[in-house]
Amino acid sequence: MITITHYMVLSAILFSMGTVGVLTRKNAIVVFMCVELMLNSVNLTFIALSSHLGNMDGQIFVFFIMTVAAAEAAVGLALMIAFFRNSDSIDVEDFSLLKW
Amino acid sequence: MELLQLFFFYLVAFVAILSGFCVITCKNPINSAISLVMTFFCLAIFYVMLHAPFMAAVQIMVYAGAIMVLIIFVMMLLNQGSEVVSRYRHAVTGAFVAAGLMMVQVIITIKQGDVSSTVGPINSEVIETVGHTELIGQAMFTEFLLPFELASILLLVAIVGAVVLAKREV
Repeated sequence: MITITHYMVLSAILFSMGTVGVLTRKNAIVVFMCVELMLNSVNLTFIALSSHLGNMDGQIFVFFIMTVAAAEAAVGLALMIAFFRNSDSIDVEDFSLLKW
Repeated sequence: MELLQLFFFYLVAFVAILSGFCVITCKNPINSAISLVMTFFCLAIFYVMLHAPFMAAVQIMVYAGAIMVLIIFVMMLLNQGSEVVSRYRHAVTGAFVAAGLMMVQVIITIKQGDVSSTVGPINSEVIETVGHTELIGQAMFTEFLLPFELASILLLVAIVGAVVLAKREV
């Protein structure tokens, strides 16, 4: 029998893997993809709990998370293109223009 | 039947975790992107198993379709290739320790908690008779109408912002 615990442990594992990726990778696009992985693991928790509790609200939340992720993808990638044009790199360690 | 379901769950979970691992370890960003698409497909399978077929369809269309195409498009545009330099070893160790601690903490918390009983009226029979898309539509256009309209404004702002940011001269 697949219980709610299975799904929540799986999404905890996926979330931690996304965290490792965000903290260790240097390519900004890969960091961005790891953030998407974290968002998706949260979506899995939402849908698992929504289905377990017999309530639709969690799935509506997932819908809005997807909307925000799409907006984030558009703006984030535009920022990366703008940054790449200025400094010929999308390495996160070069994102230090505000440092003094 | 139950055992077969559990076996299928573990199989898909294994593929999801393996491709998630590829996302964070592959040197070439394109390989990471393809692995991420695989993870999204696995999550869509889980949504179907959780009686949420509409969310599975949206997951594949929006994530595996739109967002990943956008990411791969930008990758091709910037033409970056594999990364050669890696972070300092202690930073990587710190990241693994932090994420591992977080995972252990969350899993312990999940294991300690008691599973509550069903509180809402929506079970698999209701979803099959009424339809999942209809249920989502009902909830979205009655209870969540204001957030729905705000999401449309957010998307508009994102479109305008992306165009302005990526334009060569404003």
